Amino acid sequence: MSFERPTFRHPKLAQNSAGYTRKDYEGAISTLCAGCGHDSTTNALIQACFELAIEPHRVAKMSGIGCSSKTPAYLLSRSHGFNSIHGRMPSVATGANMANRELLYIGISGDGDTASIGMGQFAHALRRNLNLNYICMNNGCYGLTKGQDSATADKGSAGKKGIPNPYSSIDLCELAIELGASYVARGFSGDKQQLVPLIKGAFAHNGLAFIDVISPCVTFNNTATSTKSYEYVRDHIEATNTFDFVPLQQEILAQYPEGTSQEVVMHDGSIIHLHKADSTTDVTDRLIAVNNLEREKVKGRLLTGLLYVNPNITDTHDIINSSLRPLNTLTETDLCPGSSALQKINQSLR
Amino acid sequence: MKKIKSINDFVVRFANVNGSGSASANNLFAKAIFRLGVPVSPKNIFPSNIQGLPTWYEVRVNEDGFLGRRGGVDMAVAVNHQTLFNDYQEVLPGGYFLYDSTRELSDKFTREDITTMGIPFTTLCNSEFKNPKLRQLLRNIIYVGSLSFLLDLDFSILTDSIQTQFKKKPKLAEPNIKALELGYDYAKEHFPGVCKLSVRKSDKLGDDILMDGNSAFALGAVYAGATVTGWYPITPSTSVVEAFERYVNRFRIEDDTGRRKAAIIQAEDELAAIGIVVGACWNGARAFTSTSGPGISLMSEFIGLAYFAEIPAVLVDVQRTGPSTGMPTRTQQGDLLSCAYASHGDTKNVLLFPCDPKECFDLGAEAFDLADRLQTPVFVMSDLDLGMNDHISGPLQWDDSRRYDRGKVLSAEDLDTLKEQWGRYRDVDGDGICYRTYPGTHPTKGAFVTRGTSHNEYAGYTEESPIYQAGMERLLVKWQTARSLVPAPRIKIRDIDYKVGVIFFGTTTHAAYEAISRFSKRGLKINSMRLRAFPFQDEVIEFINDHRTIFLIEQNRDAQLRTMLMVENGISPGKLQSVLNFDGLPVTADFITDKIQALLADEDPATRKVAKGGAA
Repeated sequence: MSFERPTFRHPKLAQNSAGYTRKDYEGAISTLCAGCGHDSTTNALIQACFELAIEPHRVAKMSGIGCSSKTPAYLLSRSHGFNSIHGRMPSVATGANMANRELLYIGISGDGDTASIGMGQFAHALRRNLNLNYICMNNGCYGLTKGQDSATADKGSAGKKGIPNPYSSIDLCELAIELGASYVARGFSGDKQQLVPLIKGAFAHNGLAFIDVISPCVTFNNTATSTKSYEYVRDHIEATNTFDFVPLQQEILAQYPEGTSQEVVMHDGSIIHLHKADSTTDVTDRLIAVNNLEREKVKGRLLTGLLYVNPNITDTHDIINSSLRPLNTLTETDLCPGSSALQKINQSLR
Repeated sequence: MKKIKSINDFVVRFANVNGSGSASANNLFAKAIFRLGVPVSPKNIFPSNIQGLPTWYEVRVNEDGFLGRRGGVDMAVAVNHQTLFNDYQEVLPGGYFLYDSTRELSDKFTREDITTMGIPFTTLCNSEFKNPKLRQLLRNIIYVGSLSFLLDLDFSILTDSIQTQFKKKPKLAEPNIKALELGYDYAKEHFPGVCKLSVRKSDKLGDDILMDGNSAFALGAVYAGATVTGWYPITPSTSVVEAFERYVNRFRIEDDTGRRKAAIIQAEDELAAIGIVVGACWNGARAFTSTSGPGISLMSEFIGLAYFAEIPAVLVDVQRTGPSTGMPTRTQQGDLLSCAYASHGDTKNVLLFPCDPKECFDLGAEAFDLADRLQTPVFVMSDLDLGMNDHISGPLQWDDSRRYDRGKVLSAEDLDTLKEQWGRYRDVDGDGICYRTYPGTHPTKGAFVTRGTSHNEYAGYTEESPIYQAGMERLLVKWQTARSLVPAPRIKIRDIDYKVGVIFFGTTTHAAYEAISRFSKRGLKINSMRLRAFPFQDEVIEFINDHRTIFLIEQNRDAQLRTMLMVENGISPGKLQSVLNFDGLPVTADFITDKIQALLADEDPATRKVAKGGAA
């Protein structure tokens, strides 16, 4: 069941530069549990799209199966969505993107959908650097089937059932960096201030941008013994950096002491302006990125922020040298070689 | 001994070791016969292995144009020591056994009912050519030269072919021609007048071509405007995408950018391959995947999604011998049920059955129109025999005025001028097919969420039983529409009063027509129907109803098509008598003739109780 949102809004709602109000980016009312981290993440996505003045209908929302994969219905009702099958969002998004490279693709997945059943597709979409904004709403458990541990649940963490998870966990960010991802970030659904610019940076990235959003499950995994509860995450979070996302042709206003900031110019000319807690880190260095994650993990801390970015990279279309025009707009004239070419082929087969 | 004597009607079987370069020599031989205007059908019978195991190449020459396998071997060209004795034994009485006499035959080669001819191919080769790499290849060319003499096959056709083949490397043509001469001269000196099989120039082929089905399907996909393919390598379908890429590189490069008007993605597995196809078709491109049985098993969940969410997709299943890994390099028509009903829940999928390369091209292109029109997966059911072997076929044709049928798709303008509320799953035309929109079409209209969960007419999630049920029933209305759109069967009524009919499809066609022709010569005019699609049309049912007895020929164990006719159309099991070939090799005319002969002998309506068929 889905419920439509009432259409009434204050007549003087603020408009973005494209003339849209925030309401133009909303979707149906969420049917997830009250307080679900996923709804905050959905809101962050709406906020990012609104602030960047993205045309809502030029977005395609892709998902797999699970609580997280339901969220495409709860944002951007003017965009087409595709709630596909479990673990297979990346392949569907790949096909969609191959058909039309001009849309903005938001792929929404969860920890079950990504780290278990969809691990293969996750890895290979990264490898091909598909131009996709891959948001993993990570709560460490299977919500729709009532709280089983997922592969990202930390060893020893216990959810509502109270049984500590005996297996080691998969760190999707670290894995993504090792698999050759070109934009890797971790956010927390409870920290919109950090999450919105992370999403904006992802949108500007020419390739697969992976954001692991720790997004607590209030019903099954928000216990005192869980490492993916709101409280635990708030207490153990360590922001590697805070940053502004500066869209193309806008001025950077804030000034920071030398050595504590880093600028990354994205493919489309927009700039990510980082204010670093530690002046020795460099987000464009893979080795440092992995080391940072490992170092903080030992301390029991969860590193968030932009963890790694390589802005100078080619996406799948450029790797395979496919047309700059959307393939779904090509017609007979572009595609069909015609009867005279066929006669030549016949001749060569005699 | 009475030697087999024949002009333009015999079977030669080459026994080789795979990976030894025999394919090009054998092709040279078959192509030469083709170029003499004589109908010829080569079939590769090869192992699932790259180097070192036995492989055979069977060439059927038939002036009358019967190009299925006949059965039996008139001449063996035996150059594989591993299988030498078996190859010897398989020669029909009166036939010929040509072998490499560099090594002497053992004592057990004692047949007196065949003509044995030894030519020391290895010795001839090694004394003439010093390059060890070339030696192996040229040894094969030498036996082609010998055959040229023995079969009276025009030598200049062979040398012309070599020259064309090595146009860009004339230095390589030279040793090849020398090798042909070596073989020819040796045979001429030692076996004059011995072989009574011969090839004579003919004019039976008109403007026919010699092509493999996988290339023909790939070309059909290029002509039909396919731009996206997701695929995973699997024998015997791999060469589909290889050919697609070849044609894309030839026909789809943009002059100004050098970029390709196609996206070819080698996926990580078959699940991703079909996922890519579904995503691309959802977004308005034409996309396909090529696979074989094991791939279909893996793709099933996605096929169900495409069926239920109504997304076009084209799949070519180049069937191989199952179940499981089965015999990966042998042929079968064993995936009918797994494709027709792929996925859990109630699903039915459209299948097309090409019988030759021209139909791989035609039905391949048509599959894209059907998939778009019906908004559903469409399967082109090829097989290893059709896909990987060269077949004589009518020339490929394309009507330049043909336009792609993209089906019911609303543009931004359509959405603006719609009089009533649009619903993605609202059947406004009564044919079970609803109007769809591509993502990004209109700023405020036409967006929806595609889902595999049950949905109402407006694509919203629903768990209301009547709405779910109405949707499932509408899909059956669409299925009825499909019946009127899929290609019609080819029915041949030879005797309207003779109430025996035979049904077949795909690569059984050629051997079946040959068997029918043999019965015709004996005065039994059996009527025939070649099926070209599932769902079955009314005329399929009428043909069955018009006949007292139906023989249904399939290349599988369980009579899968028979099950489909029984289940979908309520045909009585007693009516459908199965002729089933499932040895992994293309069915032969001899096999079909013998089986039908036996069934006809049993045919006594008074005593017959239960027809033979699949267990299902």
